[in-house]
Amino acid sequence: MKWRFFRWYPEADILRIELRTETFDPWQELRAHEAQMSLAGDCGATAVFVGSMRDFNAGDKVEGLYLEHYPGMTERQLHTICEAAAGRWTLRDVLVLHRVGEIRVGEAIVLVCVRAAHRGDAFDACRAIMEELKHTAPFWKKEKLQDRGRWVEGNTDGYAVKERN
Amino acid sequence: MAVTVKFFANLRESVGISSTTVEYVPDMKIADVWKAAAKGKERPLGMLTAVNMEYAKDDVVIRDNDEVAFFPMVSGG
Repeated sequence: MKWRFFRWYPEADILRIELRTETFDPWQELRAHEAQMSLAGDCGATAVFVGSMRDFNAGDKVEGLYLEHYPGMTERQLHTICEAAAGRWTLRDVLVLHRVGEIRVGEAIVLVCVRAAHRGDAFDACRAIMEELKHTAPFWKKEKLQDRGRWVEGNTDGYAVKERN
Repeated sequence: MAVTVKFFANLRESVGISSTTVEYVPDMKIADVWKAAAKGKERPLGMLTAVNMEYAKDDVVIRDNDEVAFFPMVSGG
């Protein structure tokens, strides 16, 4: 699958995927990303998704999360997802940051930022990357409830899931 | 002649190990790897499998030095 560009900037880091063990500020990350990526106005649309840790799930209060992953496969799967999106839509660049390890309530878990010339490509690719990540990237959440730990058994379907198949 | 086996999340907890190796046997399938590695535990329904870090179906033939991973439905994002 090839990345499709209007222009090629060899200095641009077009696909950035990072797993983070420490908390990150998604808005600061976006600012830094845009500063690094902004080149000659070729990008007319930026779509962003930020997923954060809720303090409730399935009727229970959740006090924290442990996010386990499969080192190597997780990164590989995220690359596969982003490359598939780049094959389907015309994208300028993609950023995916995802936390692993101990996460506190309110902290960002995932940031997906897709930049493209046009909003349709940016919106659709951002949504598709996020849905694929939720359903195929090997991450597992263990919730800290008040009296016990509980593994989250899979993610709920987003509305775009049917289109995925 | 060995296959590396990894377990993640609740499977890691129920089997009690995160990683082990099992002896490679020609024509080995994923079910054989589970049986050799999972200390007699039943293989839970709905469990996912990867071979060499790619999703794999049960009929994949395992090769010597492969890495087989067992894990539940994913829940990232």
